[in-house]
Amino acid sequence: MTKFVKGNEAVVVGALYAGADAFFGYPITPASEVAQMAALYFPSVGKEFLQAECETSSINMVYGAASVGKLAMTATSGPGMSLMQEGISYLAGAELPGVIVTVQRAGPGLGNVYPEQGDYNQAVKGGGHGNYHCIVLAPGNVQEMCDLTIKAFELAFKYRNPVIVIADAVLGQMMETLKLPERESPRPETASWAVEGDAKTRGNLITSIFLNAPQQEEHNVHLQAKYRKIEAAEQMAECYRADDADIILAAYGTSSRISRSAVDALREKGVKAGMFRPKSLYPFPVESFRKTVEGRKLFVVEMSSGQFRDDCALHLGRLPETIPLVNRMGGILVTVEQVVDAVLRA
Amino acid sequence: MAIIKAKGFYDTFDRSGTPTRDTHYCPGCGHGIIHKLLCEAMDEMGIRDNTIIVNPIGCAVFGYYYWDVGNVGAAHGRAQSLATAINRTRPDSIVISYQGDGDLAAIGFNATFQAANRGEHVATFFVNNSTYGMTGGQMAPTTLLGQKTKTSPFGRSAEHEGYPLCVCEALNQLKAPVYIARVSVADTKRILQAKKAIRKALEIQVEKKGFAFVEILSPCPTNLGLDPLKAAQWEIEQSEQIFPLGTFRDNSAEAEPRKPAEPKPTPSEFFGGGTEVKAPEPDPAFGSKHIKIAGFGGQGILSLGLAIAEAARYSSRYSSWFPSYGPEQRGGSSSCNVVVSGTPIGSPDAPQPDVLVCMNRPSYDRFAKTVRKGGIILCDATVEMTEAAPEGVKVYTMPSLKLATEFGVPKATNTVMLAALAHLGVTGLATERLLDALDDSFKKKPKLIPVNREIFQKAYAWCEANWNA
Repeated sequence: MTKFVKGNEAVVVGALYAGADAFFGYPITPASEVAQMAALYFPSVGKEFLQAECETSSINMVYGAASVGKLAMTATSGPGMSLMQEGISYLAGAELPGVIVTVQRAGPGLGNVYPEQGDYNQAVKGGGHGNYHCIVLAPGNVQEMCDLTIKAFELAFKYRNPVIVIADAVLGQMMETLKLPERESPRPETASWAVEGDAKTRGNLITSIFLNAPQQEEHNVHLQAKYRKIEAAEQMAECYRADDADIILAAYGTSSRISRSAVDALREKGVKAGMFRPKSLYPFPVESFRKTVEGRKLFVVEMSSGQFRDDCALHLGRLPETIPLVNRMGGILVTVEQVVDAVLRA
Repeated sequence: MAIIKAKGFYDTFDRSGTPTRDTHYCPGCGHGIIHKLLCEAMDEMGIRDNTIIVNPIGCAVFGYYYWDVGNVGAAHGRAQSLATAINRTRPDSIVISYQGDGDLAAIGFNATFQAANRGEHVATFFVNNSTYGMTGGQMAPTTLLGQKTKTSPFGRSAEHEGYPLCVCEALNQLKAPVYIARVSVADTKRILQAKKAIRKALEIQVEKKGFAFVEILSPCPTNLGLDPLKAAQWEIEQSEQIFPLGTFRDNSAEAEPRKPAEPKPTPSEFFGGGTEVKAPEPDPAFGSKHIKIAGFGGQGILSLGLAIAEAARYSSRYSSWFPSYGPEQRGGSSSCNVVVSGTPIGSPDAPQPDVLVCMNRPSYDRFAKTVRKGGIILCDATVEMTEAAPEGVKVYTMPSLKLATEFGVPKATNTVMLAALAHLGVTGLATERLLDALDDSFKKKPKLIPVNREIFQKAYAWCEANWNA
């Protein structure tokens, strides 16, 4: 079965096939269709949709539902994501699973509603307090808006950790053919840790407070060990025409779509270009990235100031300035032409 | 002498780190009494297995040391958001939110007000001790006028800090709450009344009737700087002047219980069915078409683009549709980009389209120069072309607005334009698939399907008569 849908709608379809029990959200362009479609679809299959009074409340509703063993999610864009950072830190601290979809727009401040990728650090480096990581997945098309939302729920419950699906205004607003999932995901086990309102789980406890410093340190050590496990097991990336390439474009999300077109355009001009696209931003797909760019000339394409390039550089042990950056900011797409020119001029 | 075990508490408070029977509360603090009243009520009602208490941040942050029920800890001020989600996703549980005055009435006031307004199935116990106890005695929303605290060292003044916030009175403006009462634990008589109110709020949850709110005046000797007896006396003599005790509302007899959920289809059942369309597979020979459609909102710009993109899906081609949106869309102009391709699509943008459909002059001015060599521009005849089209770009004009009116449906200009694109063969898609997509766009108004098919055929005939010559 296929359906022609916006990326924002594909998220909701994916969430329901993943077994999502509840959606809590607050409208914001360009993510509003996620809430709108959730308002339509969640009740249609007997699930909970509630429009919260603000994003702070949305994320805490996700926390509440997760505490009692339910699959809950929210969706927003940069300004709303800023408000959610507190709740995300608490989810990470209490080791609760939850899915947060952020459809990036241009910032800082009110900015505008057009596509940008300036919230890379906010998602990947965390805007909340404390030593924590969210798992961050970066879809590159409408199909992945659905599939990576399903994956997000799977990982959230596997590791009891918040998972961010980071999209952008193009991916949220554009329509493409979506192949519906074959079947619903199996329900994760929750009774061992969640407080589910019955005798069996009455003794479980959800909290992130450890007033005793050595206990708090122990908890931090435990979290760090979990992150190392995630880093080892959950790296995801895709390469495009990279096997024989001399030039590698590294990009995620919409920038990877533009880079893909740029690779084709460069190949037509006789330049052996290829692309590396991380599908997981945390964990960064370090191993395949290093292997792909080794001995090749690397360019980073992003719709932000170099936030993604900083990470590329970090994982190669280089200074960011040594990697050419092809970027736009403020809600303007990088064009295929711009990328081709940058590569040809170099 | 054996100590009588308090009902509903853990035997020993192991979660505090030591197997103690002492609480962390100061001597004379009201929390201990309120905890006991709550636990007794839960035990007597036999609801401990299915009760979930949201623990706040404030002095009661460690409620879970004591309450032998399900415990979940919230961030400061967020308890009502948690409680909302919990009662909605676990409707069989009894949900309690236990909060202090900073948590509920300052940082969490909006969440509280909104949850009360939605009539969440939550028993809320609001402990008003007129100060921030846990952080060491700062001013609370409930601090009395003239009362000195660490952050109102000269005494609270109405001019500078505002008046004490009367939460029961504020919530009593709302329609949804079932029960609102203010009680006190300052003496034995008041404690007995408090127990009744607490029990009432829990009964309302057992009966699934809705939001119940009990404010409890509770002495804080430590931060008042008074001994326990004098602190209790202060509550009675000072606090009750501003926060009068009583039942503000009790609709528990009339309130209807929450309806059980109805059975619904599974996601597979809900999304499945319909015509099977094969997902696209790569066919590089097809190449790609970049199409931009632009005009005024209301001219069917977005739906024309969508019809082409859908027709591509029916043809198992890759396709994408990317609209203008946001304030621009509401400003009057509208545009969308469609890519139809034999291989997975990179950029969904069409900065240099092969085909431009222009329905107004601003669109022509903005986009005509971007059309790539060998491409075409399809323009409504009313569009004044101030500049010539770029070299190598062929322009077709068509009185689509006029034709649609002549065909009886002035709004069907997009159907006319779709027929023109079909006639020109610029989408690379079969006319039948474009017609399928056209039909599909009127799925919700099936009467319009034959009407638009007819307009399509007439427009197609117009193109043959005018462009083939």
